[in-house]
Amino acid sequence: MNIAEHAPILIIVLPLIVSLLNTAVGLWKRDLCYPIAVATLGVVVLLSFNIMGSVIDAGKIHYRLGGWAPPWGIEYVIDHLNAFIAIIVSFISFIVAIYSKRSIEQELTKSKIPYFYSIYLLLTTGLLGITVTGDVFNIYVFLEITSLAAYALIAIGDDRAAMASFNYVIMGTIGACFYLLGVGYLYIMTGTLNMADLSRLLPGLYNSTVILAAFAFFVVGIAIKIAFFPLHRWLPDAYTHAPSTVSALVASTMTKVGAYVMIRIMFTVFEPRFSTEILPMSEILGWAAFAAIIAGSVIALGQTDIKRMISYILVAEVGYIVMGVSIGNRTAFTGAVLHILNDAFMMACLFLVIGAVVYRTGTRNINDFNGLELNKKMPLTMAAFTAVALSMIGVPPTAGFFSKWYLVLGAVVAQKWIFAAALIFSSLVNAILFFRILEKIYFRAAAEHSYDDGHETIVRNEAPVSMLVPIYVMAAGILVLGFYSGDIISKVIQFTVPEGF
Amino acid sequence: MEIVSSIKPVSAIAVSLVAALLILLTGERSRNLREAWTILAAVLKFGIVVSMVPSILDNKILEYTLVSISPGLLIQFKVDALGLFFGITASFLWIITSFYSIGYMRSLKEHAQTRFFMCFAVALSATMGVAFSANMFTTFLFYEIITICTFPLVAHKETPEAIKGARRYITYLLGTSVAFQLVAVILTYNIAGTLDFSNQGILNEAAEKVGNTFVTVIFVLYMAGIAKAAMMPFHSWLPAAMVAPTPVSALLHAVAVVKTGVFVVVKVVLHIFGINLLRELGLGTALAYFASFTIVVASIVALKQDNLKRRLAYSTISQLSYVILGVALLTASSITGSVMHIVLHAFGKITLFFTAGAIYVAAHKTNISELDGIGKEMPFTMTAFTLGALSMIGIPPLGGFLSKWYIGTGAIEAGQLPIVLVLITSTILNACYFLPIVYAAFFKAPSGIHHAASHAPAEPFTVKSGTHENLDILAVPLMVSSSGTPSLCAESHNKNPRANSGTLSAPQAAKDENGGIHEAPPLMLGPLMLTATAALVLFFYPSVFLNLARLVVAGVTGGN
Repeated sequence: MNIAEHAPILIIVLPLIVSLLNTAVGLWKRDLCYPIAVATLGVVVLLSFNIMGSVIDAGKIHYRLGGWAPPWGIEYVIDHLNAFIAIIVSFISFIVAIYSKRSIEQELTKSKIPYFYSIYLLLTTGLLGITVTGDVFNIYVFLEITSLAAYALIAIGDDRAAMASFNYVIMGTIGACFYLLGVGYLYIMTGTLNMADLSRLLPGLYNSTVILAAFAFFVVGIAIKIAFFPLHRWLPDAYTHAPSTVSALVASTMTKVGAYVMIRIMFTVFEPRFSTEILPMSEILGWAAFAAIIAGSVIALGQTDIKRMISYILVAEVGYIVMGVSIGNRTAFTGAVLHILNDAFMMACLFLVIGAVVYRTGTRNINDFNGLELNKKMPLTMAAFTAVALSMIGVPPTAGFFSKWYLVLGAVVAQKWIFAAALIFSSLVNAILFFRILEKIYFRAAAEHSYDDGHETIVRNEAPVSMLVPIYVMAAGILVLGFYSGDIISKVIQFTVPEGF
Repeated sequence: MEIVSSIKPVSAIAVSLVAALLILLTGERSRNLREAWTILAAVLKFGIVVSMVPSILDNKILEYTLVSISPGLLIQFKVDALGLFFGITASFLWIITSFYSIGYMRSLKEHAQTRFFMCFAVALSATMGVAFSANMFTTFLFYEIITICTFPLVAHKETPEAIKGARRYITYLLGTSVAFQLVAVILTYNIAGTLDFSNQGILNEAAEKVGNTFVTVIFVLYMAGIAKAAMMPFHSWLPAAMVAPTPVSALLHAVAVVKTGVFVVVKVVLHIFGINLLRELGLGTALAYFASFTIVVASIVALKQDNLKRRLAYSTISQLSYVILGVALLTASSITGSVMHIVLHAFGKITLFFTAGAIYVAAHKTNISELDGIGKEMPFTMTAFTLGALSMIGIPPLGGFLSKWYIGTGAIEAGQLPIVLVLITSTILNACYFLPIVYAAFFKAPSGIHHAASHAPAEPFTVKSGTHENLDILAVPLMVSSSGTPSLCAESHNKNPRANSGTLSAPQAAKDENGGIHEAPPLMLGPLMLTATAALVLFFYPSVFLNLARLVVAGVTGGN
């Protein structure tokens, strides 16, 4: 049996089984949980790259679960887009898992650590499941696995995490229900749940009200899941109060996978023309994305908690992706998919850096940064932060610049000037947000400024290596990915663009 | 035109990036080694840049592609006459500035010197990147890097004032470049399908397709987006940036950063739009009058500045617009003048900033009203200042005259007589704000504060002498070589210029009693004398630069 052949199922089953085993192992030897989880995710990363390799070489992969033929059996269908997202999800889960050790030990009681890793793996399982499956109901199942795991992980955060998580449960459940209703309607009308089947059967039914309603349920349901403005209210609370590691993982992967589902439903299950000709969904999503970008950016300006600030930036970044998708031309779509990658790296890196700062200093209040002398205490961490901040602003040659370039260019090609303006506006706001922080980190406060006693020893208190290495992997990615965006686009992303764009 | 692939432009950029890394790694452990990296990189960089001159004069173009993002979107370098012209100027002045900065930073015992020298090196890398870039995409990339890596230099002192200045700096430079320049670049790419610089411009065909209004909008976006050129109304970051240490003001805010601005303007005018298109649209003339406005108004504002560096900053704003004016007139002579002004202004203005820094270090004076009689204390410095000022005004036999002459000729060729009037007005205004300083320095008696201070006990000074051991190594050779002059012992380079004026007056008093020369350390004096001399020499031997300038003009006007 060739293992590589079964990679699509292995990336799901492996973390799922290990997740269960981990709990058992934890009862016996708690310290083993971390290495087991990391090793598992490492294997998953390798498998994801393997899948990408086969997709690039041989095109779309169809994997039938248990050999059952669709539409009766569940089929995993992996093309360039899935493989791309799978790599992002598995890679970031892997890196964040490496990072998690010290941070979780500080934030969690020891006895709970095995459970943490179990749920962590479960979350990864869910995300990867959504990514590889070619079945709309199967997406729902994995969506729920993901969400339940996320609720649990977020709830173990600080004092207010339970409340934030509860809000998220309510909103997330509504979103899931909407999605399920959409699936149900499609099933009633077509009798199938397989995406390929659906896309074949649906065009004849486009004018049916049931199908229209189903589509609306899908879009709104997913919009809640990706915290698309104005349905974003649960996100800042949840991501702010979650443990650092969890924020890094969920912020960089969950919204991206949600965006992936949106792309699949809009452009694979339905035809692209459906959301432009039959329902003006692209138009609506475009303007909502516009609102998301503006609102997310502006609200972020008012935050003093750095995690909350970044959560609002994330709301704006989700707007970027949706805007790129909704503009509906090749360039903008390329930008959106590229931004899924770049934003995943940037968000992960930001939350990891903040996690390290919280780990060492215990504060996430931006105003406290002034007196902390972070640039002397944690120079390496802060250097990474500077890199990611520049990428968030979109300063070339960091990765963030390139996706923004394609997004703005796409808006210009489509002559949607206002959308281009919103993207530029958001860059400018990010510049304010991040330079405000950089200033506090690197320049000493006026009050305590003095040249004479500038020799007091500042104890260098850098983040532990297990945190620093993941941070640097992400930061290096941000600096390097931009240069390779040409290759990424020509090898992968150009094949993800739906026909008709 | 023969195109040759060559790694030289990339190595010219990389050399100071490597140096920046070495500076960071060396840090405070060995200051001399750290500074050695700077000097080494500066010399190497200049060597590499100069080694490209023969090929360029042979009508060759050096090219190197670093990264290809997608077809039509490359990070690519192409060395032509104009780029080389700018490259030589900036890299040569970096060598001089390096020595000067070492003298300045050590004399003042500045903090965060590693950061300072590192950012400086990166800034020079990025400047070379702009100079040698083959397309607008690469230019934009390096333009942004310059902004980012000079930000810590402006905020260097970390006082509330410095941070405020730095904020304004980043807001103007980053803000306009993202809001306008990036949009202009994207629009250009969208309608032209390429961003490669071309002698004929790349928008000619597109202009017919999209209409003149659209092209005009792009042009305005470019001009607004290149705030580094400090054209009004996007000029006020430059005076704000004067809070930076003087070497930064000297090299970056008189040469590298601001010249990057005008250089990009020249590139956009000549190689994105092209002479013909701009003539057709009448945009050249419009730009010329905009620049004229800046020239005159900035000069008037300069008149009432008392802070020396701020006056110099406004003078820079005005002089930068000469370059823009020259290129905007779109005639052969005026473009020659414009390009020549990049180098001639650079030498003159860097001299002036060097002297401002020297005065600050030696006498701790920053205001023009305090400079009465300083020529007697610092004769060399003030002589250099005079030369620099005369070059700014444009009086022969100083370099500044040449470029003004060419621009003036160009204005007549273009039939724009009002522009000639602007040049004359500006010359008079320049004289009005520079000559009084020269007069006061040499012919006015020092103001009275010293007499009162001479009765003050010398204690603050003696107390401070505890720090003499680690007195700047650079002052030692000077003291040894001229130990006959007692004043040089008295100077001892005010240990702490930030101390209050009470402690400062004492050394001044001591110096007055000795009644002698009180110059800046030789490592500062040397550079400023050198650049002043260069401003003089360039008038008589402008041939290298003039040949390059002629090549530029020949390229864009099709050889006539």
